[in-house]
Amino acid sequence: MADHLTRLLPALTPENQHFWTGGARGRLQLLGCVRCRHLIHPPAPVCPECLSRNLEVAAVSGQGIVHTFTVNHQPWYPGMATPFVVAIVELAEQPGLRLTTNLVNCAVDQVKIGMPVRVLFENRDPVWIPLFEPAF
Amino acid sequence: MEVLERRAAITGIGQSEVGRRLGRDPMALTVDACLDAIADAGLTRADIDGLSTYPGAMLSGAPGFSGAGITDVQDALRLNLNWYCGGIEFPGQLGAVINACMAVATGLANHVLCFRTVWESTAQGGGRRAGIGAGGGGSFRASGTMQWTLPYGAASAANWIAMMAQRHFHEYGTTREQLAWIALNARRNAARNPKAIYREPLRLEQYLAARIISTPFVLYDCDVPVDGSTAFVVSRRERARDLRSPLIGVEAVGCALHGRPSWDQFDDLTTMALRDAAKMLWTRTDLRPGDVDVAELYDGFSFIALCWLEALGFCRQGEGGAFLEAIARIALDGEIPLNTHGGQLSAGRLHGFGFLHEAVVQLRGEGGERQVAGTPAVAIAGAGGGPLGGCLLLTRG
Repeated sequence: MADHLTRLLPALTPENQHFWTGGARGRLQLLGCVRCRHLIHPPAPVCPECLSRNLEVAAVSGQGIVHTFTVNHQPWYPGMATPFVVAIVELAEQPGLRLTTNLVNCAVDQVKIGMPVRVLFENRDPVWIPLFEPAF
Repeated sequence: MEVLERRAAITGIGQSEVGRRLGRDPMALTVDACLDAIADAGLTRADIDGLSTYPGAMLSGAPGFSGAGITDVQDALRLNLNWYCGGIEFPGQLGAVINACMAVATGLANHVLCFRTVWESTAQGGGRRAGIGAGGGGSFRASGTMQWTLPYGAASAANWIAMMAQRHFHEYGTTREQLAWIALNARRNAARNPKAIYREPLRLEQYLAARIISTPFVLYDCDVPVDGSTAFVVSRRERARDLRSPLIGVEAVGCALHGRPSWDQFDDLTTMALRDAAKMLWTRTDLRPGDVDVAELYDGFSFIALCWLEALGFCRQGEGGAFLEAIARIALDGEIPLNTHGGQLSAGRLHGFGFLHEAVVQLRGEGGERQVAGTPAVAIAGAGGGPLGGCLLLTRG
């Protein structure tokens, strides 16, 4: 499934590097506010809660639940193998802390909103794409 | 507080030929629509002193998404402009018209020509609809906000909006059978619109059996790319006397954005930014949803129209599915006729501007076979989905 997906890769920048390369060490990394501990995604130069600019890279557990999903059947560009699951996962650390991802190692008709999932990484040099799989 | 938009009126409307793969120069379509609108207002180009458009000229983006920019039209028509504005960071496509209302209200211009041109059908050719980033080749790298979705093959708004619909289904028990009525109603109305693209009847069984695009969306939940241009003249009311067509007043606009401006981070994914725009609109008028005679609401994807219905208060949040089930409500002779021209789903993706055009047509009583009986006095036009949305409440006279 997702193994055969032709992926459009992200352009690495100093601001997003922690997210897209943390998988090399098995870590899902986000920005966190040093002052109020709020986790921030996507990365920003300021904490949206307390406006502190003292931010650090923080590893999160990689545990979450499926907030919503879709099974994509449309090949949007050549080489795209369908169907596959696009999901928005809410991470365990903070309400509303979400990211878009693919759900893998799960039949497309078995995905449910609320399902517990955990991160895994797919290496496409130089990036490590965070994916999620069922965490039963 | 003075509601400044009430100083503005829509005095002219125009539309080019609309069709699939017309193979015409998008500027030619634009000029057709613009000259049409100016003539419809009973003006000449010498009267036009403002120009407004969405999304402006674009060097990148989906092929055919932008057919003309500000300077293209200013130069083609040799306009003498005191005010102009074109761009994409607007509260939806109709943000360009809201801007025009404010330009005339504040005295920067008297008559603003607004236009939106698409030629996605010709530009994207005979193939299937392309995803964002398609054709970029091996060297393409996703950046900006697109980096968070493109690496996951979520290459189309179809995917992003589908996830919102799925969440709505989950929280409120909304079903595909209910959502279908957005598409089926649009098709029924399109049958009465000679300019619509798809006019043959569409049955529920056909809808349910259609090719899946991205669950829960099937082909008929997605709008149809076309070539075409739509234009308006927005005039300052005090300068809108002696015009040729009946004056259409702007009662209130909504252009708010409170939630996070992205497809996956918005606080409540069962609604969209249009929630904020709709709420704002009702703070600027004494009219209520029950006063609205006709609703022209963005259906780039069927679910967006359901969101607009809920956000504008035609039904409560979460009750859109049940509301649609009683299809008589949104039919031409129903309590709130919806997308009377066939929407973007059946009449073609004129990208927001088609809804406002139809609202004016209905208020003027010029709808022909699809005219809502009794000539509506109040209409709402809303455009945009996901992180962008804007709406206008219009009145006859």
